[in-house]
Amino acid sequence: MKLELASLSFARRNLRILRNVTLALESGELLCVLGPNGAGKSTLFRCILALIRDYRGSIFLDGSEVREIEGHVLSRKIAYIPQSHQGTFEYTALEIVLMGAASGRNMFSSATAADERFALEQLEALGVGHLAGRSYARISGGERQLVLIARALTQKATVLVMDEPTANLDYGNQVRVMEHVAKLARNGYAVILSTHNPEHAFLWSTRVAVLAGGEIIREGLPSRVLTEEILQDLYEVRVRLFPLGESVKSGYRACVPESDAGKERELSGSFQSCAPVR
Amino acid sequence: MSITTVRRFHALTTLAIVFLASFILSCALGRYPVHPMTVIQLLLSRFLPMDATWAPQAETVLFRVRLPRVAAAALVGAALSGAGVAYQGLFRNPLVSPDVLGVSAGSGFGAALAIFFSFGAALTMLVSFGFGVATAVLVGILAGKPRGDATILLVLCGITAGSLFSSATSFLKLMADPNNVLPAITYWLMGSLASIRGRDFVFAGPPILAALGLLWMLRWRLNVLTMGEDEARALGTNVPLARTLVIAGATLATAASVSISGMIGWIGLVVPHLARMLVGNDYRILLPASMLMGATFLLAVDDIARLVASSEIPLGILTSFVGAPFFLYLVRRQGRTA
Repeated sequence: MKLELASLSFARRNLRILRNVTLALESGELLCVLGPNGAGKSTLFRCILALIRDYRGSIFLDGSEVREIEGHVLSRKIAYIPQSHQGTFEYTALEIVLMGAASGRNMFSSATAADERFALEQLEALGVGHLAGRSYARISGGERQLVLIARALTQKATVLVMDEPTANLDYGNQVRVMEHVAKLARNGYAVILSTHNPEHAFLWSTRVAVLAGGEIIREGLPSRVLTEEILQDLYEVRVRLFPLGESVKSGYRACVPESDAGKERELSGSFQSCAPVR
Repeated sequence: MSITTVRRFHALTTLAIVFLASFILSCALGRYPVHPMTVIQLLLSRFLPMDATWAPQAETVLFRVRLPRVAAAALVGAALSGAGVAYQGLFRNPLVSPDVLGVSAGSGFGAALAIFFSFGAALTMLVSFGFGVATAVLVGILAGKPRGDATILLVLCGITAGSLFSSATSFLKLMADPNNVLPAITYWLMGSLASIRGRDFVFAGPPILAALGLLWMLRWRLNVLTMGEDEARALGTNVPLARTLVIAGATLATAASVSISGMIGWIGLVVPHLARMLVGNDYRILLPASMLMGATFLLAVDDIARLVASSEIPLGILTSFVGAPFFLYLVRRQGRTA
């Protein structure tokens, strides 16, 4: 499975949101898109999902133009995993996952017992089979994110588009969700996700793309692309990157903002970085 | 079948049995009581050869008077509840009711207009139905194709159309002859099944059944629609087509119901809520459960309307009297346990 974006540009009401974006994503890759709020990450994802179709340039999936693929066919190839939300009505986790099976089906169809079994298997594969009968609104944010991932797997899509999967999650859940996502990429899924945490890119991504002002300004291996200068330009704060050797992951850097508080209290010497051990 | 499926199957079976029991009981109750066993025998005699062991009056009362009315109550109850629960999913709001697009107000105005010009019962029904459907179509055209969220504009246009038709109805009432036309309009608007005949049933039955069938076929897709436009599209749904079909089904059911029964409020809001408490929010079971519960609820209310007082109480008044306190009790109880 190969996704290619060729000179993608998009403007709305004379406001240019994306400019000349060229990117490629293959099975087995986990591409992190970094960029400040308003850089165009969500718009980029909406184009990939064909939720926006009036862009210039092209998006190809294995050679065929994405916006010309019929919705129910496309949903079996590219899945959208939104930020974990609560929803209007309380469904059980299994009912949410089962909606993935509705993709690629006739409008008038209903779920079969086989669909239900398959949906349950996807929950179990992510280690959250016990949530099946629980209310989706009453589980933790991290669990909700895993349920949404299970729904994407039930869609049988192989390209996963994730909009800030770790937003609003506590530290442990961020690590757990990202570990699962990295494993999916290793198992052959093509994953593109946005994040605001450079350390996540260092730890889990195979490639990183930096989006600023609607343009891809850098792209490549995280350790090559993410420098102190780039991060400072991007987020307009001064940061320091510290290599932690091979104990965490080759190429991993701890990313620490320079803090006035630290300087004033002379605490900078006692700063400790925290990284999950793989 | 998984455990959840089995549990749901049991819930639906129970609701169906309760509905059947209240249907037969409603046929039995009345000023000329018929024994429930006789009701069952009589109903079966239409399909199976049977010796006539019943009084001939029982047969006349059942088939000429009671069955059309009881069947209409069940059908209208199912239609209003089914339409309500479908609209709620479509607009992603549990407080939406079947009159959200102004359909009831449009139908009501149509009926008032027909009564004003003394069109007669059959034509009144037809005009009412026509106005109901036309209101929904008009609202759909007015809302057009916005760039942003389509549902908010649709609801706003619906509320506006509804208020416009309510005012127009008030104007008709003001102009109407206070001796005979005004009471007729007022009584019609309060909702009643007292004047139901077999032919009304033939008129409203097919569109209601077709509309409910359409909604039932869309039950799983309704789940997906409640996730919002972006997610529904990413899940492979043709959102504009799915929305149009749901609106068409719910509108047809509402307009056809209002045209034979008048305005019966509450039921399309309360019954879906009760159904949600009982079976959860999955439309695969919520939709049929709402229809069954709505049918049962209106059967019970119509029984009260027929039996309690010497003159009939309008249904619209009773659904509020029965529905509102019961609803309040349940919401309070749920608030405590949650």
